[in-house]
Amino acid sequence: MLNFRSPETTPLVRLNDAGVSRNGRWLVRGVEFSISPGEIVTLIGPNGSGKSTTAKTAIGVLKADEGYVERKPGLKVGYVPQKLAVDWTLPLTVERLMTLTGPLKGREIEEALSATGVLHLAKAEVQHLSGGEFQRALLARAIARKPDLLVLDEPVQGVDFSGEIALYELIKQIRNRTGCGILLISHDLHIVMAETDTVVCLNGHVCCRGTPQAVSQSPEYQKLFGRRAAGALAVYSHNHDHTHLPDGRVLHADGSITEHCYPGDGHHHDEDDNVHDHGEDCGCGHHTRLHGFELKEKRDA
Amino acid sequence: MLDDFFVRALIAGIGIAVMAGPLGCFVIWRRMAYFGDTMAHSALLGVALSLLLDLNLMVAVFIVAAAVSVLLLFLQRRGALSTDALLGILSHSALSIGLVIVAFMTWVRIDLVGFLFGDILAVSEADIDIIWGGGILVIFAIVYLWRPLLASTVNPELAEAEGMRPERARLFFMLLMALVIAIAMKIVGILLITSLLIIPAATARRFATSPEVMAVLASVIGAFAVTGGLFGSLHWDTPSGPSIVVAALALFVLSLLPIGRRRLETASHSTPGGHH
Repeated sequence: MLNFRSPETTPLVRLNDAGVSRNGRWLVRGVEFSISPGEIVTLIGPNGSGKSTTAKTAIGVLKADEGYVERKPGLKVGYVPQKLAVDWTLPLTVERLMTLTGPLKGREIEEALSATGVLHLAKAEVQHLSGGEFQRALLARAIARKPDLLVLDEPVQGVDFSGEIALYELIKQIRNRTGCGILLISHDLHIVMAETDTVVCLNGHVCCRGTPQAVSQSPEYQKLFGRRAAGALAVYSHNHDHTHLPDGRVLHADGSITEHCYPGDGHHHDEDDNVHDHGEDCGCGHHTRLHGFELKEKRDA
Repeated sequence: MLDDFFVRALIAGIGIAVMAGPLGCFVIWRRMAYFGDTMAHSALLGVALSLLLDLNLMVAVFIVAAAVSVLLLFLQRRGALSTDALLGILSHSALSIGLVIVAFMTWVRIDLVGFLFGDILAVSEADIDIIWGGGILVIFAIVYLWRPLLASTVNPELAEAEGMRPERARLFFMLLMALVIAIAMKIVGILLITSLLIIPAATARRFATSPEVMAVLASVIGAFAVTGGLFGSLHWDTPSGPSIVVAALALFVLSLLPIGRRRLETASHSTPGGHH
């Protein structure tokens, strides 16, 4: 298997204890992760947990109010936002959408559109596309500009199950072919793309992180999702030590309740005792902050 | 034989229509029609200030319109009131303050109707120079800013993520709007400027296959509306602004007629018909 990760590579983007606040409320706080070329990082978490905020902070659309974000100079980003509504008064074909933020050659447009399977819709107006077709068109637009970092905010929304698997396979191919880093936001709390190197679970802060367990290794899931899904999907088992109560307070594993929860508040095992129920090679971040680098040997082994 | 003043009005009006076309497209794509109205209404405050402080009329109107749009941006950021409520407050207060100031200045006589609804008699050769000079500037700016403006119209965050600066594009866009309002005020009048932005663009939508085609078509349709409206104004002795708007509306209504749509309709009708 191709492997683009190497310890020498400088990350494309690195968030250091980053936080964003609006009107005195922290949308997300204490976020730390990095994305290297060829690495796939998946953000998961419930609604309002700060996934999109984190992704936007990573690419500089939002400014970090605390901590800082390092980006490789001249980083070229391809972005598929979570919501994109084109006003019907704007006559925009799929083909025209492709060159929205920069010029492309006709050949590059065709390649990207056929890679995502919507070449036949090139002349169609984007307002007439179905949700799934539009997602594919947006993905084609993002990859056509050959970005260093691809940021996909719920790219499989509105796409049916087999379409979802096909899109994940496509994202994997893009990574393998171009070696770009990918930041993926998943709408599902438990099922992520199998090729994901790091899962970061957010809920206003980094709740837990780790590597997903391939569906193919779990017969139950394989039965549930079918053979084809086994290669594309993976299961992420959470290892939370606290629960977020409806009123915003936090119930910790030790039974205590606090107003907020941050890494380093003494209630998170991450910092204190390193207790967890998965193996040493889980890559969950308890062992080293910058995992993704040390995975090479384990994957090849 | 055409009179000199009429030829001047025609040249000036077509110049305005040409620059209003692409700008008007952005106004409807970005759903900023009411915003344009607010800027235009604030022009009367500019007129009043120009008389009070003895400033050049167009410069004063441009400054006031630009200031109102910047004020709106600032108030939007604070987020205390919804945008349409803010627009309503700014629009009518600027208009009213302008009218009150004019009423206080008993020593000047101004043709209020001319400012509100346009006056083709008022176009001088110097105005034509300003209109075409300004118009060329506006067209160049639009062409230069086209990609960032269009990208941030579709999605500002996407534009920013991919290396553009949507806030700056938006600011330039508002300055261009202020410029067009300052230039167009004499011909179409304060109350009707936005219609010259919106109606030709809306008419062009039906025939446009791309944003660029729509912008050019809007200019062409606007030029036809100005020509038709001015001839009507001359013939029936009606104020130039409303006459131009009526002509633009006539073109819009024509565009709604199902000519050229027949092919599409018969195609969709023939499908269920096949089951009989």
